[in-house]
Amino acid sequence: MAEPRESHRWKWLLCAPALTILVLAASGPLLIVLVYSFLTPGNMGGVVWQFSTDGWFRVFFRRDIFSPEDVSWNTAHLTIFWRSIWLSLQTTVICAVLGFPTAWFIATRPANTRTVWLFLITIPFWTNLLIRTFAIQELIRNSGTINTLLLWAGVIDAPIQMLFSEFAILIGMAYVFLPLMVLPLYAAMDKLDFRLVEAGYDLYASRLQVLRHVILPLVKPGFIAGSILVFIPSIGAYVTPRVLGGGRTMMLGNLIDLQFGQGRNWPLGAALAITLLVIVVAALLFYLRTLNREEGGRHG
Amino acid sequence: MAEASARYAPAAEKPRPRVRNFDVRRLPGFGAVAIFTFVMLYAPILILVVFSFNAAPSQATWGGFSLQWYEAAFNNRQVREVSIRSLWLALVASGIATTVATLAALGTTRVRRFPGQTMIYALINQPLMVPEIVTGVALLIFFAAIKVQTGYTGMGYLVAAHTAFCIPFAYLPIRARLETMDITLERAAADLYASPFQAFRHVTLPLLVPGIMAGFMLGFVISLDAVVITEFVKSAGQDTLPTYMLGQLRRNITPEMNAIATLFLALSLCIVTAFFLLTRKRG
Repeated sequence: MAEPRESHRWKWLLCAPALTILVLAASGPLLIVLVYSFLTPGNMGGVVWQFSTDGWFRVFFRRDIFSPEDVSWNTAHLTIFWRSIWLSLQTTVICAVLGFPTAWFIATRPANTRTVWLFLITIPFWTNLLIRTFAIQELIRNSGTINTLLLWAGVIDAPIQMLFSEFAILIGMAYVFLPLMVLPLYAAMDKLDFRLVEAGYDLYASRLQVLRHVILPLVKPGFIAGSILVFIPSIGAYVTPRVLGGGRTMMLGNLIDLQFGQGRNWPLGAALAITLLVIVVAALLFYLRTLNREEGGRHG
Repeated sequence: MAEASARYAPAAEKPRPRVRNFDVRRLPGFGAVAIFTFVMLYAPILILVVFSFNAAPSQATWGGFSLQWYEAAFNNRQVREVSIRSLWLALVASGIATTVATLAALGTTRVRRFPGQTMIYALINQPLMVPEIVTGVALLIFFAAIKVQTGYTGMGYLVAAHTAFCIPFAYLPIRARLETMDITLERAAADLYASPFQAFRHVTLPLLVPGIMAGFMLGFVISLDAVVITEFVKSAGQDTLPTYMLGQLRRNITPEMNAIATLFLALSLCIVTAFFLLTRKRG
């Protein structure tokens, strides 16, 4: 064995190119966002290098134009925050309700067909998110497939406005993020010891009782992992609300985008981006804590 | 009812439990929900594909089979341009990402834990955890500053952004392959007086090739799909296929978009299938 210090050096050297790229084009710029959130906006976008907490102030509050002492909550922003969180939670629940039976179905197939079902879940996961969102748009627009079918069948007289609403965003996000729920649930069920399920039935438990007291506790880690995997991209969603929600039904991602475009307030946009990042990190920490508690409970 | 109960009547000698042949894996209604989910997952995509062959310029009424929208897409100079740019970018970014990820995987797998290893993992996996919009904004700010300083507005920014984004996806399958590799083969090579480089070149690398290929394909698909980061980093005239499509979705859409989307889907499907076959051999 070589001297430890020597051997560490080659490990670092091997990692160096990857780390350089990551620091330059992923992690480093995040720190710059933090710095920019404390600067003054320039007139034509960009920033003026002058310290200011105004960007952060505007995330939650606003001043009256005529009497600057008059401070109130920024209800437009708070509405968007609330919509982002609420839609993401709803998306997670829909994915869980549809994903659990689907994962169970795949996990209980014979081994030779299981791979095929699993592959069918994975394909949408790897196909372009924009194309899948586009497919939903074509389905629910006023002259889209659903409305045409309903009109043809005589169920409705005029097309139902579904596009450009919270409902459209919800459908779209549940559709594009569903595989992220099914895959970890399947992974948990794949390891499930079915003798435990059988033992439950042997002890005269009903199907509902077995589901509630045997299966759900055993696949809970998969549920938690799936929920976090759906919630995080939902809360940071940009493409789906842009295409399906339109200009008025914005989510946090679109609000951030707006500050770098028409809004021309980069510090506010930077502060909003950091806020989004904080929500994501909080969700991740919550996940890690729950995971630790679960594992502690299992072994302890 | 009487007949049914007679069929399940207990045998003579011993009262049997009420239900036999009870499938513990069955949960009523779950199969139906699963089939519903699969149909829901594929129906929108299938409709999209079907209407790309529509003779009528509509997404809803069928006017007969036609390839005119594919013809229109091929004849659209802008579509050709952004497609070539997308493929070039995916090839370059995923190529660089796979190379540096292979090196990083060799440096962090099958080695004794060393100080800073956790930090390296965190850095490599960071693009997976940060929302794309945040990364996009961060790169916009950073690259805008560099553009002002240097005046350079070429494709370098997009290559750097895509490469960083692809690294975790390239790293994971390569690392997985390394971890399941038989280390005794390299020991045998060393025993037979192979130098460390020869052992790597003739033993480790050939065994690692499927992992590297898988990593490259994942990176390629990820780069091809990346829309948010590209939208924020691109300079004027640097649209890729996804950002071009995102821009077009605001306008009146013809089935030409369906045709482009279908071709895009077909390409992704080929790569993902190849990826599956490649990674399955291992198991």
